[in-house]
Amino acid sequence: MRSQSKIKRGVSLYSYQEEYFLRKLSLEQCIGEAVAIGAYGIETLAEQMMPGFPNLSEDFYEKWHRWMSKYHAVPVCHDMFLDTKRYKGRLLSEQECIESVVRDLKHAARLGCKVMRVLVFVSPELLEKCLPYAEKYDVKMGIEVHAPWHFDHPWIQRHVEMIQRTGTRHAGFVPDMGIFTKRLPRVMRDRAERNGANPKILDYVCDAYEHGVLSEYIVAEARNMGGKPVDIGFAEASRHNVYSPPRRLLEYVPYIFHIHAKFYEMLDDGSEYSIPYEKIIPVLLQGGWDGYLSSEYEGNRHIQDAYPVDSIEQVRRQHAMFRRLLGEPSAAAA
Amino acid sequence: MFDRYMIVESGFRNQREDGQVRGFEFGARLPYYRGLGLSMVEDIQVKVDGQPVPRERLRFVLRGRRYTLEEMERTYDAVWEMGEVARIEVVQPGGLPSGPHTIELTEMLRVSYMPFPIAGRDTKTLAIAD
Repeated sequence: MRSQSKIKRGVSLYSYQEEYFLRKLSLEQCIGEAVAIGAYGIETLAEQMMPGFPNLSEDFYEKWHRWMSKYHAVPVCHDMFLDTKRYKGRLLSEQECIESVVRDLKHAARLGCKVMRVLVFVSPELLEKCLPYAEKYDVKMGIEVHAPWHFDHPWIQRHVEMIQRTGTRHAGFVPDMGIFTKRLPRVMRDRAERNGANPKILDYVCDAYEHGVLSEYIVAEARNMGGKPVDIGFAEASRHNVYSPPRRLLEYVPYIFHIHAKFYEMLDDGSEYSIPYEKIIPVLLQGGWDGYLSSEYEGNRHIQDAYPVDSIEQVRRQHAMFRRLLGEPSAAAA
Repeated sequence: MFDRYMIVESGFRNQREDGQVRGFEFGARLPYYRGLGLSMVEDIQVKVDGQPVPRERLRFVLRGRRYTLEEMERTYDAVWEMGEVARIEVVQPGGLPSGPHTIELTEMLRVSYMPFPIAGRDTKTLAIAD
């Protein structure tokens, strides 16, 4: 018998973006869907499902907390954005960037979230200047380690250096499991084929990526094979994706505030096509990690041109897989 | 992403004002998973039946407020929300003849964490409701 893990389950409502976009689900209904599969940790993007942000009313925040009680949900993480290109022709100044981050920290605190996802393009210098505010609002800022970055990338290592030098407990990481993309998503390959790509080139790219061939060689070979722009575009997907060894998580467990459980396609056999969760979750268990595994379904954009999207079913399947890998009793044991 | 939902299938019509047809309009959404401030909508391009519409004849209408594209890029207090239907108007006295027309819509978005603007494109053939 495996002892009960301390890992908790959640959903980033990003996962339900297709249904929200088409107004098939409201924000409240998205929360209800997550809770219905035992995923009580709720992660939100204010700029996605909270119209009016950053000027949300008192009424909104009251309603939010009523929903949290009603559904027994836990507000876990707010995903910030930073519009450095808000003005045409100039970037935001450092002071403007800090003000924007503070705006989001306040919002996270109002929601009751202890963690804020910070976009990976935010520099360690800017993040360090925001530390006093993160402490003031007591919200942990997690840099999203997102493909093609990964823990050993020099940009992320500079963040590690800042965090260790300052000894802060308010800056750390929110790794996106896309950093463990072992195989290019099949839904991405098939969409390229629908867009007129050459299946031989697509198959070559998928196979070469899976075998760890350097992207530069993959793109060059796709050209040698007579690739057109649509083929080269797919070959370049090998640059935007990355597979790093899941055991690299162990070293960073103390700095990991939250996890984006990215996925593209849950298969009928209960596994994910691209990302080997059966290798990732044992590492988190070994490290004694105790945060929220938060679903981030991103397959919709690759199938919506041709197929109906069922995010609810995809997320449900991912959580059935999590329960299995975490050793939780199955919800539908019968 | 969401390209196929950019042009809204209902609401393609000629616009009448004081008994005159001043142009035509259709509904549009952002090809993006979050809302975006209007100043970051880098460009909107429309072709009707293969003919590009000059930029100065386009208007963008959000919650009853009308903008030229020049005004739009200097607007910092309004957000085109995720999935929200806005209206794109084309100033064209006389409008379009009734029957089917092909609309091509391109929206270029200045997304700060991307190294270049992202573009969404949608083409639909719709019958104008006159």
